[in-house]
Amino acid sequence: MNLKFHNKKITGILTVLPENEVNFDDEIDNYDFSRGQSMKLKLIMGYGKRRVVKEGTTVSDLCIYGLNYLFDNNLLKKEDVDAMVLVTQSPDHFVPATSHIIQGKLDLKRDMICLDINQACSGYPVGLNQAFMLLEQDEVNKVVVLNADIMSRKVSVKDRGSRPITGDAAAITIVENNPSNNVIYGTVNVDGKGAESLIIPAGGFKMPSTPETAELKTDKSGNSRSLDHLVMKGDDIFTFVQKEVPPMIENLLDKASKNKDEVDYYMFHQPNKFMLKKLADKMGVPYTKMPNNIVENFGNASGVSIPTTITYNLGEKLLTNSYLICLAGFGAGLGWASFLLEMGNLDFCETIDYDN
Amino acid sequence: MKKKIIDFLTEIRPEFDFAASNNFIEEGMLDSFDIVSLVASLDEEYGISIDGTEILPENFSNVDSIYRLLINNGVTE
Repeated sequence: MNLKFHNKKITGILTVLPENEVNFDDEIDNYDFSRGQSMKLKLIMGYGKRRVVKEGTTVSDLCIYGLNYLFDNNLLKKEDVDAMVLVTQSPDHFVPATSHIIQGKLDLKRDMICLDINQACSGYPVGLNQAFMLLEQDEVNKVVVLNADIMSRKVSVKDRGSRPITGDAAAITIVENNPSNNVIYGTVNVDGKGAESLIIPAGGFKMPSTPETAELKTDKSGNSRSLDHLVMKGDDIFTFVQKEVPPMIENLLDKASKNKDEVDYYMFHQPNKFMLKKLADKMGVPYTKMPNNIVENFGNASGVSIPTTITYNLGEKLLTNSYLICLAGFGAGLGWASFLLEMGNLDFCETIDYDN
Repeated sequence: MKKKIIDFLTEIRPEFDFAASNNFIEEGMLDSFDIVSLVASLDEEYGISIDGTEILPENFSNVDSIYRLLINNGVTE
C-alpha cells in the first residue's frame, strides 16, 4: 500500500543502548561448529560486539531512561507529548500495554493517546506511519515513537544463526507537524503466510510455556533451541528480503518522482552484513549510502536498528544538515515498509548508554 | 572453474567428497551458512556479486548447478 503524508517532520532521534557488551569471540565455544567456520562467518555476517540488557532490565526501563534524558536536558517537555506509540515484540507484560506503564511511571498527562504495536524489523516505518496518522488530529501536535526490543532474552545461547546478531536497544523519535509544505512518501506491505518464518512458537495463548516447550532440540545444522526461543528460517527470510525490498524501493522512488541517485542515504534495517550488502548490490546503491555497521558494533535490535543506524552514522550532522533519506524495514510477519523523507535540522540526534 | 568450485567447497566442509556427490543439499553436505560462505568466496574470487534472489538451495545442489549460477552472473571460463 502506498502512503503519502503532508507537513510532518521528525524533529529528534535518541538511541539508548543497554549496559552489557558481549563479544562474539567470547561466545564461539557455545556453538557446535569449528572455530574456523565461525571465524569466517564472523567476517561475512558482521558478527562482533552486541549490546544486551542485564537480567531484569525491560523495554519500559530503556524507554523511561531515554525519555528522562530528554526531559532532563530540556529536549522534550512532558506536557507536549500528545501521543506515545511503542513498537515492540518484547513487552513488559501481556497486560497492560507497556506504553501505559511508561506513561504512568513518567507521570505524563492523562489527556493523551498511548498504544503498543507488535511489529518486528519493519517496526520503525510502521511506528512512523502511526505517528503521521495521529498528527492528522487537531489536538495532536507531538508524537513520541518508541521502538524498543530485548529479544536477546528469547534467543538460544546455542543458536549460531540468531544469537550472534541479536542485540537489545530502544530508540525515541519525535514526530511533529511541520509548517513548511513537505511531502513524505511511504509504503507498507504484509504477507502473513510467512508468519512462521520468524516466530517464537511457545509462550503465548496458543502454546503456553511448559517444561516441554523449554526442552532444547538440535536441528540438522547443529543449532539447538527450544519452542520458547526465537526460531528463524534464515534462508526463507533472506530470499524474501532480496525479492521484495528492491521493488518496494523502486516503487517508492517512482511515486516520489525521485531516482535512486538523488537519495542521500538508505537507512535500512540491519539484519546482518551479508544480507544488506547483497541488497545494496542488487539495488545498485553504493555502500557509502547504505551504512552497514550496526550488527558488528551493537547487534540487530529489530525495529530499533534503523534509528540506531541514523544516530550512530549521522549523529550531529543531522543537527545542522538536511538529507533525503530512504528508510526501509523488513522481517517478521512477514512485513516490509519504507519511507522517503527529508530529514535534518533536528533538535537532537544522538546515541546514549543506559546506566541503571 | 569447476575444480575451483570443488576447492572452495572442500575448504568449507573438508569432511566431504564433493566431486563424488550430485546433491549436496539432500545429502546434508551444505547448510545455509555454508552457502553464505561459498557465495562470499565466489564473489571475491570472480569479482562479482551473485544476485541475492538466486541464492537458493537448488542452485547449490551440485558442482554443475553452481557452475551455471556463476555463468548466469557473468563469469566466463
